[in-house]
Formats: sequence, C-alpha cells, structure tokens
Amino acid sequence: MQDFTQALATAVEMIVTLDTGLLRIVGLSLRVSLTALLAATLIGLPLGAAIAALRFPGRRGLAVTLNTLMGLPPVVVGLVVFLLLSRSGPFGVLGLLFTPTAMIVAQTVLIVPIVASLARQTVEDLLVEYDDLLRVTGAGPLATLTTLLSEARWSLLTTVLAGFGRASAEVGAVMIVGGNIEHATRVMTTAIALETSKGDLPTALGLGIVLMTLSLLVNFVASLLRETARR
Amino acid sequence: MQRRSVIGRVVLGLAAAVTLCTLGGAPGARAEDRFITVASTTSTEDSGLFKALLPAFTAKTGIAVRVVAKGTGQAIDLAKRGDADVLFVHHKPSEEKFVAEGFAAERKPVMYNDFVIVGPAKDPAGVKGSKDVADALGRIAAAKAPFVSRGDDSGTHKAELALWKAANLDPAKAESGQGWYKAIGQGMGPTLNTAAALEGYALADRGTWLNFKNRGGLSILVEGDKRLFNQYGVMLVSPAKFPHVKAKDGQSFVDWLVSAEGQQAIAAYQIDGQSLFFPNANEPGV
Repeated sequence: MQDFTQALATAVEMIVTLDTGLLRIVGLSLRVSLTALLAATLIGLPLGAAIAALRFPGRRGLAVTLNTLMGLPPVVVGLVVFLLLSRSGPFGVLGLLFTPTAMIVAQTVLIVPIVASLARQTVEDLLVEYDDLLRVTGAGPLATLTTLLSEARWSLLTTVLAGFGRASAEVGAVMIVGGNIEHATRVMTTAIALETSKGDLPTALGLGIVLMTLSLLVNFVASLLRETARR
Repeated sequence: MQRRSVIGRVVLGLAAAVTLCTLGGAPGARAEDRFITVASTTSTEDSGLFKALLPAFTAKTGIAVRVVAKGTGQAIDLAKRGDADVLFVHHKPSEEKFVAEGFAAERKPVMYNDFVIVGPAKDPAGVKGSKDVADALGRIAAAKAPFVSRGDDSGTHKAELALWKAANLDPAKAESGQGWYKAIGQGMGPTLNTAAALEGYALADRGTWLNFKNRGGLSILVEGDKRLFNQYGVMLVSPAKFPHVKAKDGQSFVDWLVSAEGQQAIAAYQIDGQSLFFPNANEPGV
C-alpha cells in the first residue's frame, strides 16, 4: 500500500508544482497523439463510411483486414516504421527517425484501423435505417458519406476517443521510432517505462496517474462537447 | 449545417489542440536545432551519468546531445544503419569490429566502471564476499539459485556470458540452466527489478546499481575481481560511410569526452560519495 500512497503523492506533487520537465513530456504526448488522431480521423472516418455504404470490389476483404489490423501490436508497427525511416531504409533520406514526426506516423498507422473499423460498424448499423431514404433521394457517393457520417456523429465521437485512448496509452511504437530521447522524443509512456527501468516505481506510477488524469480530462471535454451540442 | 457541426467541431478542436501543443513546444525545440544523436547504453542513461555530463558539454559548445539508450548490441546496430552520429558503448571486441568494418575511423577509450554480482540477503549459494567471480558463478549454478540474465545482447550480457565461460559453465543452454537461469531480454533496470522480485542473483554494472531504487532485499555480494572490469569506448560514426553524419559536432563531443575537462566531469559524478565511472582515456591499451 505504501507504494501507492507514495505514487499518489508524487503525482499530486508533479501536477501541483507544474514541473517543467513534466509539462514538456505532457505537451509532447498530447502533440503526438492528437496529431496522429487528427490524421487517423481524417483518413479513418471516410474510409470506414465508404466501406459500409458504397459498393466496390474488395470491400469485404478490406473490412476484414481493417478488423484484423485493430489488433496490430504497437511494437510491430514501431519496428516497421523504424525500418522504413532508418537511414538505411527507403525513407532514410528524410532524416525522420527519432523525431516526433516519426512517432506521429507510427501512431497514425496504429489507430487508423481502429477508427476506420469502428466507424464502418457504426455507419453500417445506421445504414439499415437510411438505406431507402438515400436511394429515394438518389444521393451520390459523396452526399451519402457526409449524410451518414453526420447522422452517426455521436457514436463516432466515441470512435475517435477509442483511437485517442490507444494512441496515448501505447509505448511500444513510440519507444522504437522515437528513441525516448530526453527533451526531444520522451513522452508519458516512455517516461514511465524509463522510470520503471530505473527502479523508481513511485515516480513511474505517479506519471501513470498523471497520464490517466490527462485522459480523464480529454474524455470530460468530449463529453461536455456532446452535451452542449445536443442542446 | 447543424448536422455536420459535431464532427466538424471535433476535427477543428483537434486541429486547434495540435497547433497549440506545437506552438507551446516550439521554443524548446528551436533552441536545440543544433544537436547530435548518440547511440549509447542503458547503463550510462540509467546511472544518471548523461544527466550530469551533457549540460556541461552543451553549455560549452552549444551542441545539444540526444541520447538513444539501448543495449550495446542494439546501439551498435543503430550506428551501423547510420542512425546515430556517435557510438558510446562498452564492449571492446564489438567496438573494434565496428572500426575494422569501416563504420568508424577510430575508437577512443573513455572510462571504466565495474560489474558486481548482486543477490538476496539470505544468499543461498553462499557467495557473499567472494573475490573470485568464476567460483561464485559456479556456486550459484550448483545451488540452482535463481539468476536473472539480461539476455539482450548488451555489453553487460556479453560480459556475463564471458564470465560463465570463465567458470566453464553454459547456463544459457536450456538443459544446464533449466529452471534457475532466467534470460529476460531486457535492460539493466528491468533485470534488477526481476531479480529483486525473485530474490535471485544478477550481474549489474555498478553505476546502474547505485542509482537503482527498487532494490528490495538485494545487495552487492561479489565485487573487486579484475574480470569484472567494464571499459567504455567512444567513436564517431564514419562520415565516409554515411554522408549525413554530423562529423564536426560529433567529433567535438568525442574530443570533449576524452579531454581533461570531460574526464574531470566524469570523475566528478558521484552518488552518495561514491564515484560511478573512472576516466581512463589516457591509459594505453584499454
């Protein structure tokens, strides 16, 4: 029990004193995960809706593939992105390895399948209701997608939050492509891994509590958004 | 229009948040525009040495140092792919091979620390106070007491394997180490965490051990054998092999480490009055 009280005290202290090192790590975590989420939302929502609503060859296969990719191990994504961005890899000339950009790329790859798959399912369920209407009005593909996406907006908010949860919680991918470099690519989860490896378990757990608090805040904001928009 | 507002707002909100975070992070990032990437080992990072050392170098030269801390094997692999400017590790045979293969022009010795065998207070193998590391390992094997190995191809792991060899044992083979020899494939810290949880033995570098907080019932049982000596070397990754290597700034770091000033900074790093690393750049043949 002592470990937990100590961790809680550490967490409170870090938050109250607004430790600059912590702020930097939190800032980078948010920047990386939110950017990845933005990219994944822009790719994933239309993709998921298209698979659900439009008829095109290979669409079942694509849906199954995306479902499978939801289970992508972060460490595998990290490794693949690492090999691609390494100086000896095909995109080495860009010099992106060990930068936040590399981390954003890895997390985007990781969460696009989640956003797309969940969006597909949501839109597919909705389609049962709207199919006739869309057919009667003779909506084109673009109009169909925008109508369905906007009708499904509440459920899709949860989809987006699921993507954020996955991105902000993963450590395997950002550790490999970011390198956990202090002041450059260290984020919450890699900092937790580092403190654990230093045997400083209270600080590690304290950081974990800070991360969860942050996640709580994000979800709270999302819920507020939903409330006000509904009114 | 009302219909689209939520998704639009989420996307807009995300974009705004990203912009904010980026702007907020920008000043710090800009100050570090001039930097080198150093592939190094977990021992230098986990022991806190870099935290003490690097600010002095950066203050003097304006060059920020970005450290990617891996096991020696992984660090060398990173450097061989051209993903680092400087390699700073501890396994002389591998370092010499790195130079021989043309990945660096020369290797410079920097400092040493030593390995210790840590173990539980009740010491089931009875090795406490031994000055003969091979004999101690033999006793641990005979007692089939839990031994946690890095198992990650790091410098420490390679040193551990060499020590088992000196004891004429090969517990990494499944049949001889069955049940008690646990290769966990992780860094020094996790290895010590595991040893503490299992009440087992482990080989650790003294620096990481001194800086390690979750010791549980572990303490140093074997130390002082010459075979536990742990030499660190530094080399600039060859700009001939990789044109993008920041040769000038990387060389400044290498030169600074072996300069009087760098050597002094290494010696000055202490925990609880104990030095963790001993500079020896001027010693021949190390």
